Amino acid sequence: MATIRIPTPLRKLTQGKEEVTAAGGTIGALIANLESQFPGIKERICDESGQVRRFVNIFANDEDIRFLKNLDTPVKDTDEVSIVPAIAGGDY
Amino acid sequence: MSFGNLLKDVKAQIRETDVENVRKSVEAQKGPGGDGNGAGPILIDVREKDEWAEGYIPGARSIPRGFLELRIEDQVPEHGAEIVLYCAGGTRSALAAKSLADLGYTNVKSLAGGFTAWKRAGLKFDRPFVMTQEQSMRYARHTMLPEVGDAGQAKLLQSRVLCLGAGGLGSPAGLYLAAAGVGTVGFVDDDVVDASNLQRQILHSTDRIGMSKVESAKIAISKLNPDVKVNTHQTRLSSDNVLDIIKDYDVIVDGADNFPTRYLINDAALKLGKPVVDGSIYRFDGTVTTFLPFNGPCYRCFYPEPPPPDMAPSCQEAGVLGVLCGVIGSLQAVEAIKVLLGIGKTLSGRQLQFDALALKFREFKRPHDPTCPVCGDGKKAEDIELIDYQQFCNVRT
Repeated sequence: MATIRIPTPLRKLTQGKEEVTAAGGTIGALIANLESQFPGIKERICDESGQVRRFVNIFANDEDIRFLKNLDTPVKDTDEVSIVPAIAGGDY
Repeated sequence: MSFGNLLKDVKAQIRETDVENVRKSVEAQKGPGGDGNGAGPILIDVREKDEWAEGYIPGARSIPRGFLELRIEDQVPEHGAEIVLYCAGGTRSALAAKSLADLGYTNVKSLAGGFTAWKRAGLKFDRPFVMTQEQSMRYARHTMLPEVGDAGQAKLLQSRVLCLGAGGLGSPAGLYLAAAGVGTVGFVDDDVVDASNLQRQILHSTDRIGMSKVESAKIAISKLNPDVKVNTHQTRLSSDNVLDIIKDYDVIVDGADNFPTRYLINDAALKLGKPVVDGSIYRFDGTVTTFLPFNGPCYRCFYPEPPPPDMAPSCQEAGVLGVLCGVIGSLQAVEAIKVLLGIGKTLSGRQLQFDALALKFREFKRPHDPTCPVCGDGKKAEDIELIDYQQFCNVRT
């Protein structure tokens, strides 16, 4: 099972956990598995058509999946997957 | 042996060049910015500092003869490099050329007639930015760094950085940039100091609650370093004023608290060719990256579209560890100084993430997106049009 890093804004869906594990050979399968464990999380990551939202980045280790095979990017059990949404949060 | 004989001996062992040859190579070195960083011989002025201060050949660097053997291997590690030495009249540089040959430098010439001959030929020369004695003392820990030196510090003193926001990130960034001697620091902020800001916004103070943040920032910075000119822009950035505000700055430090401003500054900075050091914070998490215009990714390469407002929580609702601002804002200042000095490796193409609770830094690769709507393949800076960013981000005003 790959490790998935949950960004702070989505942790209310994972009972506060910042790291979870999920099974699946691709990023897409991983997200489906994540949704079965934590209902509601998928719609925060993907839009209605199932594609990753344009303000969310998913990294397989340190590589952005948009520049790999997107949701078909293969994931190994030893991989760390990070979900990184855009945060405007500066602080005037 | 008399001095006359010694000089004759030395001159027989070294090679000399003349003003005409040096003029040609100085002109050839003038790259796009005319900064003398192109190919060609390395020109070293071996005169004393007070002579250098009166003017030097464009593109030359100063190593007084007394320090030459000490410093040359740091500055020119390659023993085969083509070096031209000059002094006022060609005598000291001839002796210096012999010293370098003794150190194993194989391609050294001395400029016959020296700087006097250069000036007599009516050729252009530069005058260095001369630090006052107070400045030399204040910035001593910088100037002793070979990567900064007197030239780098002079560059900082003549640089201009704009901080977007005099708040959580603008506070440490602005203070450190000012302490570093960045000559002009501007702040854009339309807010006033509130008691709830003081947990993290260290530019401000209890006795300035209610004062405009840009005025408060100016007071703090003038106390820290009177060398620094502070520009106050008490306004909110918009498509109408952004180009005018940023046009005179060299680097922008973005600590904006909202998406419309991030996209606005991205597009405007790309249009005018300004580097942006981007920082953001949320609770215990922070990120930093650097956007170099048309040389690496931009904010839109990262995030082609902003999140809808209901998915974009702000620090106002979520809270933020005050000192996190210090970590991220200071990293932004580090990046800004590197960009100004052209040293080191910036975060362009990388995004650094800081997790304060785990005390862990992570780094993600951030390639340029060839399909980016503003900086993608075939896109040009002059074609960028500023849009209504509030509408783009679906923000109700």
